[in-house]
Amino acid sequence: MTYQPQKDFGTPESRSNEAVSLTIDGREVTVPAGTSVMRAAAEQGTSIPKLCATDSVKSYGSCRLCLVEIDGRRGTPASCTTPVEPGMVVRTQTPQLAKLRKGVMELYISDHPLDCLTCAANGDCELQDQAGAVGLRDVRYDVQSTHLGQEKDHSNPYFDFDPSKCIACSRCIRACDEVQGTLALTMEGRGWDSKISAGLASDNFLGSECVSCGACVQACPTATLVEKKVVEVGTPERSVVTTCAYCGVGCTFRAEMRGEQLVRMVPYKDGKANRGHSCVKGRFAWGYAQHQERILKPMIRKSISDPWREVEWDEAFAYTASELKRISEKYGRNALGGITSSRCTNEETFLVQKLVRAGFGNNNVDTCARVCHSPTGYGLKTTFGTSAGTQDFDSVEDSDVILIIGANPTDGHPVFASRMKRRLRGQDGRPGAKLIVIDPRRTDIVRSPHIEAQHHLPLRPGTNVAVLTAMAHVIVTEGLANEAFVRERCDWDEYSHWAEFVSQARNSPENLQPVTLVDAEELRAAARLYATGGNGAIYYGLGVTEHSQGSSTVMAIANLAMATGNIGRRGVGVNPLRGQNNVQGACDMGSFPHELAGYRHISDSDTRSLFENDWGVTLDPEPGLRIPNMLDAAVDGVFKALYCQGEDILQSDPNTAHVSAGLAAMECVIVHDLFLNETANYAHIFLPGSTFLEKNGTFTNAERRIQPVRKVMTPMNGLEDWEVTQKLAQAMGLNWNYSHPSEIMDEIARLTPTFAGVSFARLDEVGSLQWPVTADAPDGSPIMHIDGFVRGKGKFVVTDYVPTDEKTGPRFPLLLTTGRILSQYNVGAQTRRTENVAWHPEDLLEIHPVDAEDRGVKSGDWVKLASRAGETTLRANVTDRVAPGVVYTTFHHAVTQANVVTTDFSDWATNCPEYKVTAVQISASNGPTEWQEEYEALSTRSRRVETGIAAE
Amino acid sequence: MTSEERLIHMANQIATNLATDAAPVAAVADHIQTFWDPRMKRMIFAHGTDGLSPVAAAAIRLLADAQNGG
Repeated sequence: MTYQPQKDFGTPESRSNEAVSLTIDGREVTVPAGTSVMRAAAEQGTSIPKLCATDSVKSYGSCRLCLVEIDGRRGTPASCTTPVEPGMVVRTQTPQLAKLRKGVMELYISDHPLDCLTCAANGDCELQDQAGAVGLRDVRYDVQSTHLGQEKDHSNPYFDFDPSKCIACSRCIRACDEVQGTLALTMEGRGWDSKISAGLASDNFLGSECVSCGACVQACPTATLVEKKVVEVGTPERSVVTTCAYCGVGCTFRAEMRGEQLVRMVPYKDGKANRGHSCVKGRFAWGYAQHQERILKPMIRKSISDPWREVEWDEAFAYTASELKRISEKYGRNALGGITSSRCTNEETFLVQKLVRAGFGNNNVDTCARVCHSPTGYGLKTTFGTSAGTQDFDSVEDSDVILIIGANPTDGHPVFASRMKRRLRGQDGRPGAKLIVIDPRRTDIVRSPHIEAQHHLPLRPGTNVAVLTAMAHVIVTEGLANEAFVRERCDWDEYSHWAEFVSQARNSPENLQPVTLVDAEELRAAARLYATGGNGAIYYGLGVTEHSQGSSTVMAIANLAMATGNIGRRGVGVNPLRGQNNVQGACDMGSFPHELAGYRHISDSDTRSLFENDWGVTLDPEPGLRIPNMLDAAVDGVFKALYCQGEDILQSDPNTAHVSAGLAAMECVIVHDLFLNETANYAHIFLPGSTFLEKNGTFTNAERRIQPVRKVMTPMNGLEDWEVTQKLAQAMGLNWNYSHPSEIMDEIARLTPTFAGVSFARLDEVGSLQWPVTADAPDGSPIMHIDGFVRGKGKFVVTDYVPTDEKTGPRFPLLLTTGRILSQYNVGAQTRRTENVAWHPEDLLEIHPVDAEDRGVKSGDWVKLASRAGETTLRANVTDRVAPGVVYTTFHHAVTQANVVTTDFSDWATNCPEYKVTAVQISASNGPTEWQEEYEALSTRSRRVETGIAAE
Repeated sequence: MTSEERLIHMANQIATNLATDAAPVAAVADHIQTFWDPRMKRMIFAHGTDGLSPVAAAAIRLLADAQNGG
């Protein structure tokens, strides 16, 4: 199919339920009330010329090109700003309109370079299209003054800004304001001097507050803002709709292609998670897919001190299978295990856990969700009955109070953050939602343009449970609980027990203030607002889960939502913001060692026999090892082989020294990845992986939305990842014969009740489905627990605050908390191999000015960050975003390895590491630590590849 | 921390967090039964109750007895 941009209806869709009929150019059309005449015309297939209008932003009425004639009205109103009315008769093409439009276009073109043939937007330019549409044939003006010949701004690594081509339509400014919510752009000057500016006149795009989301580029009707890749390659010729492989928002994109070359990723307006928006990662940071450091051939070696030897796939599979069999025979089947990846598809994840359970013969399978959202699994299953967020993203539009705890959505989930910010700003006379932020740091959403949190509770890291219990204390003791909801939906006795507990004086905000460091009055006000402010929605992230009481915090959140009746309808709910693209899916697919797909315990004989009959094997009824348990067992000498798909545990998991000791103790570490990641330094077999652009499958986002991932190019390594796992299984003697991932999904649907109605054909038909998809809910379930909880009655669980065992003291007086930044992703394996390094080339340590001054540290200084587990060096950034006593850094760069410092402490219920609380000391540094030097030497040694043909 | 020390720490941590349950010993035993792999269970049974909190110790005894009995 030839390339067509997505249809632009000119103005946003109206949500009104009232229908209005009118006549446009002699044809009757019926649209929702509030629709513009322009959009109504577009919906019936009539294209009214336009320049300043686009359907991602509100109408503006400045270009005067979309004029129409309406019976009974004087003049020629702009169709973009004129709402439809019943019985209206509109004409879009008349001699008078043609003359007016031609006149307008003539003025535009008189001040626009006539370099269409060499322009990057040639063939994809609305100005060019409209000049053609109005029949402009010559320009009569001998213009003395123009705004042409201005210098281009090439500073952004992904797009250029050419002010000479700007027609001052303000679409970019409005997109930045309304869609992204950053308000970075403005119009500077007047008349000929009008110029789009990224902040101050002295700012270029890179140096400005622009977050490079691409909304302005998307909105630009000319080549003023254009992707560098389009300048380099040319316009695309076809497009394929697919799903982003970065965070848990799960944006839908059109991969726009020339042949097998990706030209650009354009956010898809019909994507139900992103509604046409994107962030710098999904929109632009896909260059890693063709990065020169990708490994395209399998490699093996006997020992990690040997160089790698490239082999053909057949040899790699045969060798891998023989090693796994050897180890199983020598040490027993429980010496083997596997790790699935939240970056891989549902189908790939399902196959890896199937390989472990059916092929290795044990349940030693875990997923990287272990180190992020496993407490969500435990906490929400215990309280509500299933491990999932309760809402869809659209739900936020009906929220009145938004409570964010332990999440930094503008960095971690930027596209959803933009939707959240839109609701917080208010719209069309509707006041914005109120905001409560519980976070040790003053994250961007606490205060940003047109947004200010009503309450920011900057708690001491590690005291989430105390803060939430104190909020519950206020709600119960002040009579703000929704007892009618609780009586109807929850177990009343359990509620009473919980209410009695939280009401105890020891749980009052005043009593807990010395522990939490949160002002008691502020906390009381926040609790009252959440309980009484209308629809209250809680959004949380890893600042909740990655604690020794991560699971307790999730349950405390669920308690609050149930006690206030904020469950089971739009606008409310408990919403875990998932870190990686397929965290939800990886958990759903049975990646945890104690559960089969659909969160059913391995000890349940009915569930087990379902799988046993389908797979033709006998399954072990005992739970297997979780990732930290695997590493402990490896150090103990009883766990010897690991198949690790798409995860870099050496960099991402805590206490790097312990992880490396565990890996070094294994005899066969198989890394299946795009790059020689840090874990591969300890690997014996490397199986090259494929990118999300090179395979078919599905991802499930944070709202339980199962979305298609579509292959747009041939895998550079020759095989999609599910094929690699299948061929490995075949080499081990398993009779697997999937010919397409759709067959794997059919198997998942057959074995998992909540996926019963899911198939690739259905997904192609409707775009996406939110599980449960069952006979009762064939179109999926945007909101859960509507008429009752999945488990029956909602369960209140008493969550007593237990201080972490990680204590500050004279040697380690500061608390380190770790997180991520907008431009980088997870361990950085992908984003560090893109131009995103322009924004974040290194991990920095945020430290409060008081703590910095005590230590003589200035911004930019190298400092040593030391804990009981280890030490590293990085540069300091002195800022009051963090409270005194708290320091913060990201973990995106292998050279820093923030996890050298983090400890073995973990969540009591799930072993999710306590990344968010480490007692540390900061001191001046004049060079890398011993660990950094030794590790760099190991990396260099370990990444050697033999280039010659090995003698046999 | 050795693996055995870690298991003791984990069992105590579970017991502390389930202390407010209506039947804490059974809750701790159930948690360990549900989430620990057989080797971890064997290790803590073999270790005995040294270093374990009273609730954790009772839970481990309960599990060990059930295992031996069954």
